[in-house]
Amino acid sequence: MQLKNQQYSYGWISIAFHWFIAVSVLSMFVLGLWMVELDYYSTWYHDAPNIHKSVGVLLILAMLLRFFWNAFNPKPKSLEGSALLRAIASTVHLLFYLLVLLIGLTGYFISTAESQPISVFNWFDVPAWFAPFEHQADIAGEIHELLAFTLIGFVVLHALAALKHHFRDKDNTLKRMLKPSLNDLEN
Amino acid sequence: MTKITTLFLSAALLTISNAAIAAPVNYAIDTPGMHASINFKVNHLGYSWLTGRFNNFSGDYQYDPKDLANSKINVKIDTKSVSTNHAERDKHLRSSDFLNVSKYPESSFVSTSITGTDDNMQVNGNFTLNGVTKMITIQASKVGEGKDPWGGYRSGFMGTTEIKLADYNITKDLGPASANVLLELHIEGTKK
Repeated sequence: MQLKNQQYSYGWISIAFHWFIAVSVLSMFVLGLWMVELDYYSTWYHDAPNIHKSVGVLLILAMLLRFFWNAFNPKPKSLEGSALLRAIASTVHLLFYLLVLLIGLTGYFISTAESQPISVFNWFDVPAWFAPFEHQADIAGEIHELLAFTLIGFVVLHALAALKHHFRDKDNTLKRMLKPSLNDLEN
Repeated sequence: MTKITTLFLSAALLTISNAAIAAPVNYAIDTPGMHASINFKVNHLGYSWLTGRFNNFSGDYQYDPKDLANSKINVKIDTKSVSTNHAERDKHLRSSDFLNVSKYPESSFVSTSITGTDDNMQVNGNFTLNGVTKMITIQASKVGEGKDPWGGYRSGFMGTTEIKLADYNITKDLGPASANVLLELHIEGTKK
């Protein structure tokens, strides 16, 4: 089984990271929008935010692990596309890391503003290490929401670009994120 | 001097001395030293009381021990300072579901009349919250009054009142047990 990346092919670990994080990010976005509108007497009133916070912490950890995994792996080469499109693609990839981390950090600042820790599925606690600014929960909340919408905007762009590669350019860009190519040079 | 003149003079003196004694005293609420608090409690589901407070407020009052009608009070509350010791709930309380603090950063109480006795005082006035002003009555009493050990003069009071959230356009449904909020007020003032 091909775990590591190759010159043109993603390994299973990178593929797993990609889809785990993709599904998590989209679910977190929907969950976040939904949970803030819940009625006080909804059975999800406490569970939904707890799940949102727990998944958030795990998502940040996954994103950091993924970052280090990438550092020890070759980055499969881009297929097709002009230099400009490639530059845009890699900027968007970089923004994904930056935005997910910042969204995680601002989320952390909301919940820990008054020294309460974040409990991750009652499994472990992330303590409130520091409270950097005044009116922290409100300001962090505004930024959290704004960045989440920005991230989803780039996700849409990223998905459209993948579909463009698949249907218009008819190359392997999308397929190689579904499973490692048997022949690394096949593209 | 005729008796009549004496009578007039003494009457005049009495009036002056009465006025001197009865002069209302102006106090600033001791928020710098925080000998005052604005606390509230709301029933949670009918099972317990959730308490909170406003950390930042300021005000002054005039107290006339001889004539309560000559007394008045004025308090301004920074609604952003609401605290129930829970970041997410406090954020929610500041939002438009409750106090709407970005639109209404200030709540206030301005007395219109004070009646009763030191032990059983009715402080009537206009309470503004969430942009809505309503007349309320605070049931209050004097706790004590006198010189402090540091060269000043102080007096202190406590009071309670109850407001209906819906009266102040706070319509988020917390359940039937939680429609009203009880306010518990403690103030100490230093003589100006």
